[in-house]
Amino acid sequence: MAHLKVVDPDRCVGCQLCMFACQRRTGEGGIAEAAIHVRSRGGISRGLTVVVCRACEEPPCAAVCPNGALIKRKGGGVVLAPKKCLGCGLCREACTLQAIFWNEATGKPVICMHCGYCAQYCPHHVLVLEEGHAQG
Amino acid sequence: MLKDDPLKRVLYVDLATKKFWVEERPELFEENIGGTGVASKLLEEECPVGIDPRDPKNPIILAVGPANGLFPIASKTVAMFQSPHTGNLGESHAGGRSATCLRLAGYGAVVIRGQSDIPVYLVIDRSGVKFRDARALWGLSVSATGRAIREKETGSGLRSILRIGPAGETGVTYSCVVTETYRHFGRLGLGALFGAKKLKAMCLVGRRSLPVTDRKLYRELYDELLKRLRETPALKKYHDLGTAVNVIPLNERGALPTRNLRQTRFEMAKKISGEYFAEHLLSRRLACSHCPMACIHLAALRTPYEDEPYFYKTTFISYDYEPIYANGSMIGVGSAEGILKLLDTIDNLGLDAMSSGVVLAWATEAFEQGLVGEEETLGLRPRFGDVETYLQMLHHIAYQSNEFYAALARGVAYASSRYGGEDFALAFGGNEMPGYHTGYGAHLTHLTGSRHSHLDSGGYSYDQKLSPEEITPEKLAHILFDEEVYRQILSSGVCCFFGRSVYNYETLSRIFKVSGFDFEVEDLKALGRKILRRKYAFKKARGFELTKLKIPRRILETVSPHGKLEEEFLRQGLAIYKSLLESGA
Repeated sequence: MAHLKVVDPDRCVGCQLCMFACQRRTGEGGIAEAAIHVRSRGGISRGLTVVVCRACEEPPCAAVCPNGALIKRKGGGVVLAPKKCLGCGLCREACTLQAIFWNEATGKPVICMHCGYCAQYCPHHVLVLEEGHAQG
Repeated sequence: MLKDDPLKRVLYVDLATKKFWVEERPELFEENIGGTGVASKLLEEECPVGIDPRDPKNPIILAVGPANGLFPIASKTVAMFQSPHTGNLGESHAGGRSATCLRLAGYGAVVIRGQSDIPVYLVIDRSGVKFRDARALWGLSVSATGRAIREKETGSGLRSILRIGPAGETGVTYSCVVTETYRHFGRLGLGALFGAKKLKAMCLVGRRSLPVTDRKLYRELYDELLKRLRETPALKKYHDLGTAVNVIPLNERGALPTRNLRQTRFEMAKKISGEYFAEHLLSRRLACSHCPMACIHLAALRTPYEDEPYFYKTTFISYDYEPIYANGSMIGVGSAEGILKLLDTIDNLGLDAMSSGVVLAWATEAFEQGLVGEEETLGLRPRFGDVETYLQMLHHIAYQSNEFYAALARGVAYASSRYGGEDFALAFGGNEMPGYHTGYGAHLTHLTGSRHSHLDSGGYSYDQKLSPEEITPEKLAHILFDEEVYRQILSSGVCCFFGRSVYNYETLSRIFKVSGFDFEVEDLKALGRKILRRKYAFKKARGFELTKLKIPRRILETVSPHGKLEEEFLRQGLAIYKSLLESGA
C-alpha cells in the first residue's frame, strides 16, 4: 500500500496548503482534522519542518494504545477506530516524530491515513504519495 | 451566516482592568461581512471624536472575514484604529499567519480597549485571553521579543506572534507591528498605539474547523479557485522574483522615485533590482498561510564581526519593492547589501520601512539646503547613498534622541512644518509616499485613498494601462472610486489584493455563499460603497477635507512618464472624487 513521504522539507514555503487540504477531506474548512503540520524550526528564518506520520511498520503509537483503537495498517502506520478510542493521549506521547495531532473538539488523536490528498495540493513538490513500504 | 460559524464572535479586551469577554454579533457580520467592513463599523462604535491617538479610548481593532481559513490567498487580517501618524483613520492589513490563527481560534474580530499599567502581552486562544507580564520584554528588539515569546508559549505552527520594537514603545508615529518576523501591519502607526497601551505583543493560537453550507460545493469551488490562481501570470511573476520584480520596469519608465524624487531614474537600479537580489542574495521563499503564491523573499546577509577574523553572522531579511524603493533609490542607496542592512535595522526597531526611507530622504535634502545643521542631526552629515549615517539616524529616530529626531519621528509632514522644506516633503494626507511616480493615477490614489496608500485603488497600474490622451480627471476619479469600492469587499473577505484578478465580485459572491452569506454582485457593490463612505465619514468628523489636501510641489516639478503633472488636473480629480464619496451619503 502507498504511503505519504516528505521528499524535501527544504522546498517547503510554509503555505500550509497541505494542512488545509487534509481538513477538506472532511468537507470542512480550518485545520482541526489536519494530520500533517508545518512549523518553523524556531523562527521562520531557520526554515520549516513538515511533521507527518512515517507509516512505521511497528508503530509505537499502536503499541501503547490501551484499548486497541489503533489498528496496524497494511503498508505501515495505523488506522484509528474512533469508537474504541478513550482519548487518553498515550499515542501522542509515544510517537517519536510527534506526528500525532489532537482535535480539541473531539478529544481524539488525528493521524495520517496516507491517502495522499495533501500531496496533490503541495505547490512545491515537498510531498509525494509513494508505493510500497515506508521502511522497506 | 451559518449558525455555528465562530466568525460572529467578537472578543473584547480591556487592558486597564485585565478583563475580556465575548459578544456574539451575527448581525454585525451579516451586514458587513468581516475585515474592513466589520472593523470600520467597530471603529465607529468604539472611537470617540476629538481624542488624541494616544488616548486610552483609542481602540485597536483586528478583524478577519469568512474566506480566511477556508479559501486560498485569503490570508490577511485588517487592523483599524485612529492613526497616531495622521491623527485620522488608521487602517493596515497584514499577511502572515494572524488571519488564519484568529479565525481558527474562533473569533471574527478583536477589540482592544484601554491602557495597561504595566507592559503586557496577550495570548489569545479558543479559551479567551491570557494577560502576561511583558516588563522583561520592554525595550527589546522585534526579533528578540519574538524569540522570547516563541520559546515561552506553546502552539508552534498554529500561532502568530504580533510584536512591536523600541520605536513603537517611544511612540514613533509610523512605527509598525511585525508578525512572523517578515510581515507587517506597516503603515499609519499601529506600533505606536501598541506602545501607548503598553501592549508589547500578541500571540494568537488557533486550530479549529470551520463549517460550510455545502461540503461538495466547497471542495469544488476551492479547486476551481486554486486552479485559476495558479494560472494567473502575476502569481508566477511574484513567486519568482517577488514584488522586487518592479524595480527595473519602473526605472525604465522613469517612474522610480530617486533621491527624494528629484529624479525618476536611478543609475544603480540594476544593483537593487529583483533580479540582482534573486541571483546574489535570495536564500528562501515563504508564503503567508493558505497562499499558493509564496511572494515572501528572504535574503541572506553575511556580515563579518570586526573584532575577530572569520567570525560572521548570517541574517535573513525580507525584501519587497516598496522597502527597496524607500531605502534604495529614494535615498540614493545603490547597493542591495546596503538596503538589507537598513531594512534589518528598521525591522528590529519596529519602524515602517516606507515612511522611514521617505523621512531619511527629506532629512537629507533639508540638511543639504541648510534648513537643519549638525546641531540638529547630532553631528551627523546625511547625504544620499550614505548607509552608515542613515543607520545611525534610524536609531536616533527610534529613540527620539533630540527635538529634531523627535520631529522626524512624526513624519515629513510634521518635520517640514517645523523646519521648512514643505515643497519636498513627500507625504499625502500625512502618509509618506509609496514608490510610484507613474502619473496622475498614482498620485490621485495617494491623495484620495482612504489610507493614502497606493493599494487603496492602485492608480499606478492605470497610469501604465492608459495612454495620457485617455486620462481625464473625470474618468480617472470614476475608475479609482470603483476600484476602491471593490477593494473594500476584497478586504472584508479578507483576501490578499494579489488575488484580485481571480477574486472578482462574482467570485467573491460565490465564496461568501459557502459561509452562508447571501450577497449578489450588486449587493456587494452597494456594500463596498457603504463601507468606503463610512470610512470617509470617520475622517470628515475628524477634520479631513479632501479638496484641501496638500499636494507636494515636488511631484509637480519632477516629470513623470505622463509628462509634467498639473496641479489643476489633480484638484479637479479630488473634487470629483469628493462628489462621488458624498453622493448618496
